[in-house]
Amino acid sequence: MLLRRRHALACQQVVELVSDYLEGALSRSDRRRFESHLRDCPNCTAYLEQMRATIRATGTLHADDLSPEVQREFVELFREWRTEDG
Amino acid sequence: MDGDAELLSRLQAGDEEAFVTLVRRYNTPLLRLARTYVPSEAVAEEAVQETWMGVVRGVDRFEGRSSFKTWLFTILVNRSRTAGVREHRDLPLGDAEPAVDPARFDGGGAWAQPLEVWADTDDRLVAATWAKPLSEALAGLPDRQRQVVLLRDVEGLPSPDVCGVLGISEGNQRVLLHRGRSRLRAALEAQLATRGR
Repeated sequence: MLLRRRHALACQQVVELVSDYLEGALSRSDRRRFESHLRDCPNCTAYLEQMRATIRATGTLHADDLSPEVQREFVELFREWRTEDG
Repeated sequence: MDGDAELLSRLQAGDEEAFVTLVRRYNTPLLRLARTYVPSEAVAEEAVQETWMGVVRGVDRFEGRSSFKTWLFTILVNRSRTAGVREHRDLPLGDAEPAVDPARFDGGGAWAQPLEVWADTDDRLVAATWAKPLSEALAGLPDRQRQVVLLRDVEGLPSPDVCGVLGISEGNQRVLLHRGRSRLRAALEAQLATRGR
């Protein structure tokens, strides 16, 4: 995202830059403006932390384990696929 | 826990148990992603089964230029696309979608009300109480946002791999990720508010 205006960022702009910031996709000067806003803004600092917490929590959404029946079906399929293969 | 690479070489040697371990690890993630491409659970299951067949039959040709996980999701996306369905490579991303409801800001674009600091976000018990609302919010994301969030944040694939698997540009990936994550954050915020914290 291109930021042409040189004056301080508004909070509403900051929230749109959070992902680019976390992905390391901001230019050096945009990154500096982003970080200087954060230094003076407890709300945007809280927002950034909320985003980080959200990403961490999303990373814990592990898959449920498979039932023994489904596992047995896969074993049968595996044998079938291997023999058809040969 | 055995690493994917180790399981893969056992699979190449025909080890049934290694196959079952991989299926247990990735069947549900594959189903989740397949569901973003196909119209029903049944078609998704079919695409996933074909993916596993592709793995078993193609495992000798796998050269390890990508991680196993990236290879696996690439097969799935190809199968799901052939299964007929909602094709959407770099289509326009649609209207801008604000990360935060504009009503939360004053006329100068500053927060109108102070934002809550979420406590104990590292706590496992807290994380467990978030799992349900978060899964629901994830299931409710538009397909393309869901694809990117699943691969990037749930499965932890590096961003170039996500772009490769989904066939989208880095820029589009970042926009979709931003929108998806913003929606998930808003869902958690709403959930915390209803609990009157």
